[in-house]
Amino acid sequence: MTNLTLTPGPVERHLRARRDTGRGLLMPYVTGGITPGWTDYLRAFAAAGADAIEVGLPFSDPTLDGVTIQQASDTALARGASTRRILADLSGLPDLGVPLVVSTYYNLVLHDGGEAFCAALRRAGVTGLIVPDLPMHEADELTDVAAAAGIELVLLASPATPEPRLAEISRRSRGFVYAVSLMGTTGERAALGASAAELTTRIRRGTDRPVLLGFGISTPDQAREAGRHADGVVVGAAVMRRVLDGAGPDDLRAFLATLRQALDQE
Amino acid sequence: MRDVSTSSRSVPTMGEPRALGRFGEYGGRYAPESLVEACREVAEAFREAWADPGFRGTLAELLALHAGRPTPLTPARRLSGELGVRLYLKREDLTHTGSHKINNVLGQALLAVRMGRRRLIAETGAGQHGVATATAAALLGLEATVFMGQRDIERQELNVFRMRMLGAEVVPVTTGSRTLKDATSEAMRHWVGVTGDTHYCVGSVVGPDPYPWMVREFQRVIGDEARAQCAAALPTGVPDQVVACVGGGSNAAGTFAGFADTQARLVGVEAEGGAGAARGRLGVLHGCRSLFLQDDDGQITQAHSIAPGLDYPGVGPEHAHLRDLGRARYVTVTDDEAVGAAIRLARTEGIVPALESAHALAWVIRAADAGELPAGSTVLMTLSGRGDKDISTLKELL
Repeated sequence: MTNLTLTPGPVERHLRARRDTGRGLLMPYVTGGITPGWTDYLRAFAAAGADAIEVGLPFSDPTLDGVTIQQASDTALARGASTRRILADLSGLPDLGVPLVVSTYYNLVLHDGGEAFCAALRRAGVTGLIVPDLPMHEADELTDVAAAAGIELVLLASPATPEPRLAEISRRSRGFVYAVSLMGTTGERAALGASAAELTTRIRRGTDRPVLLGFGISTPDQAREAGRHADGVVVGAAVMRRVLDGAGPDDLRAFLATLRQALDQE
Repeated sequence: MRDVSTSSRSVPTMGEPRALGRFGEYGGRYAPESLVEACREVAEAFREAWADPGFRGTLAELLALHAGRPTPLTPARRLSGELGVRLYLKREDLTHTGSHKINNVLGQALLAVRMGRRRLIAETGAGQHGVATATAAALLGLEATVFMGQRDIERQELNVFRMRMLGAEVVPVTTGSRTLKDATSEAMRHWVGVTGDTHYCVGSVVGPDPYPWMVREFQRVIGDEARAQCAAALPTGVPDQVVACVGGGSNAAGTFAGFADTQARLVGVEAEGGAGAARGRLGVLHGCRSLFLQDDDGQITQAHSIAPGLDYPGVGPEHAHLRDLGRARYVTVTDDEAVGAAIRLARTEGIVPALESAHALAWVIRAADAGELPAGSTVLMTLSGRGDKDISTLKELL
């Protein structure tokens, strides 16, 4: 690991500052290129009180995603979405006041090469990156390359991650630690599993870096409960199902406001 | 000291991969974090089992008594006469269930029992791996669920019925191209939720470490047997050419493993529309770094082949490495050439091959006709499976 990665970057600084005011963190997700005016969703997210925004670069074979994000990816790709076009759209946005975090599968990173990919992210105003099929033991090179480009590579932790490895992930992750709440793919669930609280507690033993819980968090009640354990939540499929059903930015702003309110009540 | 590149040569070709399943720059364990521990457990269990004479003895017994090994090495006399070469067929089509897939599946099913798992899941393209998995599960008292693309379900009706008859659940996959690639994605998604009691029985030399290595080791029985049979049958002991078809590449990997340390030339034959090794670009899919067909944006493109088992847009990482080393070369044949080869084998030797295996033969025929194989040269070709499953496809064409 190089020294470059030791200082917290803008994503982590931003999330820490917000957390330290006692606020539960909210990071909604949108699949890039899903509709012609898709960046309007980002403005709506920011207006609804998002603390960071995750933008998915759609991939043909999303092996860790459930049906909703699969459908969203297919729809966006059928519309001609690509890394280049999505980043061009992001470049045209004014500063939303919250960090933009891109998530995608490793093939799209490798395709451009880590250095060029991260440089393009940075030029588009992105400061964080999540690659769910790049586990910690394969991530060293990209962590360093990303850090050099000003991008924080977020690592995921899972309920199945054993102890010494979990501490290592918490230590090496940048921006925040992405806690996968359950053993499954992305997608809405009826209830938050017990594994969410257990995993968050285990991560906290090793780090004071912000911890966001993701996978399956779909309702205000689940967000409230997740907020009791973690610093905040990632909400993807619940957003994208609404988008696929035709909900516009205003509808999403109203939905996210209910999650914001639930997190604020904690 | 003088030449650092010699360090990579000290690893024997087709030996154990380097740390974390690396074959040169390929392989690795690019699994989502939720599957990393499961992969580590499989790797550890396989390493122990493979070093345990008891495990190997049990597997050898199953391969002999249930699968019918060893399979014969058949000289293709009439076709050899026509082609002017000496062609020998390694008859994996004669195994129980009709293809080489059973070799790997019996190994993994025994491993699953050793690990205390009660259920197998698998992806399948042609249905041969699905049938083999359903067979091994029935034999060892395990449950089996097989993920299969809707498009393949339609063109491999017979195998779908066989799986169900054997007690397996067949889950249609209706996403993406509805073929092997999508069935593999769906099996991985399913595995994330059930790692505690379920073993993912990957069908080819693809996927996260340890699968490419483990599946090759379970398939090397093809190459080891063929090596000994060639030593007895051929005046030269070792054939000039060793040829096998390549989808993910498991029958080729198993065959090549028996000849990697000889002078034999290794040839992998891909489908024109699924040529990961011949035309793929560096990428990561389904847990490993290898060569995949991609568009200019880095999206994986759909493979197209008349042979469902070759309908995969990538190739196993070890094949990518063998290609880079120049130890094996990878060529392609068209659907038409494969169908022509299947008919020719049927009419000269009385053997109806699987359309996958017919690809390997099509290259032998083309190379012999083009004078690329000197007169009298010896060719070992793995006939990976029998053609019963392809009858309805062929019926529409002939």
